[in-house]
This record gives sequence, structure tokens and C-alpha cells, in this order.
Amino acid sequence: MKLTLRVWRQRGADAPGHMASYEVDGISEDMSFLEMLDTLNEDLILRGEDPVAFDHDCREGICGACSLVINGDAHGPERTTTCQLHMRSFADGDTIDVEPWRAAAFPVVKDLVVDRGAFDRIIQAGGYITAPTGSAPEAHATAVPKADADFAFEHAECIGCGACVAACPNGSAMLFTSAKVNHLNVLPQGSPERETRVLDMVARMDEEGFGGCTLTGECATACPKGIPLPSIAAMNKEWLRAVRKGPR
Amino acid sequence: MALATRTRTSAPSHGPHGPQGSRSPSFWRSTIGKKTVMAVSGLIMLGYLVVHMLGNLKIFFGADEFNGYAHWLRTLGSPFLHYEWALWLVRVLLLAAVVAHAVSAYQLSRLDIKARPVKYVHKRRRASYATRTMRWGGIILGLFIVWHLLDLTTLTVNERAWAGHPYENVLATFSTWYGNTIYIVAMAALGLHVRHGFWSAAQTLGAGSARRERTLKAFANGLAVVLFAGFVSVPVAVMTGMVN
Repeated sequence: MKLTLRVWRQRGADAPGHMASYEVDGISEDMSFLEMLDTLNEDLILRGEDPVAFDHDCREGICGACSLVINGDAHGPERTTTCQLHMRSFADGDTIDVEPWRAAAFPVVKDLVVDRGAFDRIIQAGGYITAPTGSAPEAHATAVPKADADFAFEHAECIGCGACVAACPNGSAMLFTSAKVNHLNVLPQGSPERETRVLDMVARMDEEGFGGCTLTGECATACPKGIPLPSIAAMNKEWLRAVRKGPR
Repeated sequence: MALATRTRTSAPSHGPHGPQGSRSPSFWRSTIGKKTVMAVSGLIMLGYLVVHMLGNLKIFFGADEFNGYAHWLRTLGSPFLHYEWALWLVRVLLLAAVVAHAVSAYQLSRLDIKARPVKYVHKRRRASYATRTMRWGGIILGLFIVWHLLDLTTLTVNERAWAGHPYENVLATFSTWYGNTIYIVAMAALGLHVRHGFWSAAQTLGAGSARRERTLKAFANGLAVVLFAGFVSVPVAVMTGMVN
């Protein structure tokens, strides 16, 4: 496959950026999108140019490191992570636009790399769960209803990649925060901090400069882990409940 | 000497349990709080609109019934309430709802726009038409309310105004081309606004769930269609001569 790439290039956080055009040839449709970028970077290094900086780690779709807005879609046209997106999703001769996540809370570090530290600080604001550490507890000591376990697990799947923020026209982190809040708030292990967790995480989310939710549904469509849109309603319910009860 | 088991972080105010000092920020400061205000004020206005629309339909039963209904509204609650007091109570509540709705919408919109300072180069159409037009639709509805009050409440801009005769005034408005145009365009904006707004309010107030999503969407769409059809039936009836 032969492709034309238009890639966002930006030398540093404060440097101006622009879309640069590159031709890449000899791309196999079995390559992942990141392997295609590796091919481009090998070319650039051979030509003595600065390779395109992008985040990646496990390349198995489970770590949440890779990002990229491809042709306007977070993680590209398939519902998966960029590392699990294959070039067979594109046609020979295509022009592909590659941009970083765009949000005030995710400043560009270089090229396609953004600082997602705001997510870490939201998780940090949530604090710990009150649980004895040391030997593993007896598995049957705390009963969890199956429906609650499934709900918690569905939300625990969030890998914190930030596609929800990138896709949202308001750069809102409501889907991410709701995944983290719902995951622990539904379980008995997370219940002692149920009120403070949601109040603190939402307060931190607002402080980081994410926008508000207007229920466009773009986040849930982009989420590679399928965190559903009603998760946001579930977090709103938790937040209103915590406001009524007050932090304990 | 005890060993240091924790590394001191540069931001001690944000310990493992978050910012202790600012644990309960005011309801209004939070984006979810503002959205709750928007949802509740929106639902108040929506409830009023349903009643208003049903009242409007009395126009199909003649001038006496319509004007009698308008008079009854002013004597509502009597003898306990003085003439027009009930009406003024409703007006004050609605004004508070409009102001709360507009202020929260303005503040949230500013935050939303600030949260995405750099736009994507590759544009694609996002979200449904109703969702994308919430802000402009809201502004259109705000302007419409001003015109609507000047036209049929204060009668300032009504060309053939006749105080105390709402039936005749409605007919006067809908016998002009611009009266019909403004009204029908605004009602289309209202339908779209309600379609996304009702559903969003339900989500904001925590009523949404995977199980109820379809029901809530269907109800929002139904409400939008019923309100649009109910309101627009009046100018259409005047234009076609059904009501004269």
C-alpha cells in the first residue's frame, strides 16, 4: 500500500505546530497503524529528519498508552485502540490525517504526544479504598451480587487512554471519571469512601479544565473498551447522592 | 528512628484522599451542579409548556371558550388569591427558571469552549442535529420569548391589539406572514431543543440507565413532536381558515 500521511508536527509544548505531508510506501495491510508509523519514522531517520513522536507501550490494546486522532476519529475508524487498528481498514492511495488528542487539559508535549497527567490526578483525588493489606482476604467474606460485580468490571475495563476526551466536542472527561467512580462505588470494598470519592474526583476533573458533558455520546462511541454512555448518568446520580448526604 | 515510608510530594494539599480543604466545593461551582440547575429549570419550563400548549388548543372551540379560559387564568385561586396573583406567581417562577437556565448554559458553554482551544484539522460531522443546535436553538428561543411577550402579553408589537381579547389578538398575529414564520421557526427550534434537552436532563439527574435509555429517548422524541404539533396547529388553523 502507498499512503499519504498528513501528520501534526510540533517541536515542543510552546512551539507552533503544523500538518506535515509524508508519502509512505510498501505498507502491508496486516501492519498495525503504529507499525506503519514506525516505517515512516525509519524513513525519516534515514533521511536525517526528526522522527514523529507518538505514545505507545504494550501494543496489545490493554495499556492505554497509544492515542492519535485519525481522520477525525479517536483511535481511527474501528472501535479499538490505535495499536490494534490495522492498515486493512484503509485503502491504497488514501490520505490519512493524524492529529494528537485535543483538549486544554491534555497539552501537547511534542508532535502527537500529549500530557495525560490530568487523568492520574483525577484518580489520585479518588484516594484509596479502606482494605486491610497483607494476606489475601477470604474470597467469600464479602458477598458481591453478580449484577454489581458485572457493573464494576465493565467500568474497570477503562484503560485511561483519553479517547473520550479527544472525541468529546467539549473536551469533557465525564466518561473516564464515571468509569473510575462507578467501578469502586458499586462494590462493598469501595463503599466507606463512596461520597468523598465522587465529590473529590469530580472536583479535580473540573479543576483540570475539562469541559462539561452535553450528552453528545461521542465519548462512548470512541471508547475502545465500550464504557457505555449511561455510566455518566450513574455518576451524576452518585454525585447528587453524595451532595445530599455530605462527605462522611 | 522511624523510617520514612512515604515520599513527600510537592503538592501536600492533594493527599491520598484528595484536597481536604476544598472537599465540598459549592454546588454551583461544579459542572454537574450547574447542569443540575439547567436540568431542573428546563423541566420546570417544559412542564409549563405542556400546560400552555393544552390551553392553546381551546382556540378550536371558539372565541368565548378561549377568552373565558384566559379570564379564568387571572381569577385562578380566588377568592384566596387576588386577581392575577396566581398568574404572577407562575411568571416569577418562569422568569427564575429562564434566568437560571440561561446563566448555567452560558457558563457551561464558556467552559466547554475553553476546554477545546485547538480544533481538529480533519473535520467530521459530530452528534445529531438536535444536539449540535442546542446553543443556537436556545438563543433563538430566548429571542422568541421576548417577541412572543411583546406580541401577545403586552401587545406592544401586535398591529391589531385589543386588550382583554386574546382570541382576536392571536388571529391578528397569525394573519401576518412574519407572525406565522417567526412562530413556526421557533416551534421547530423548541422541538429540537426538547428532543435533546429532556433526555439530557434525565441523564443529568441520574435517571438514565442502560435499561431505560430507549424509553427515555422515545419519551423525549414523543414530547418534542407533541409540543411542536400542538403549538403549530394554531397558526396552521388560522392560515387555513379553520379558526377565524
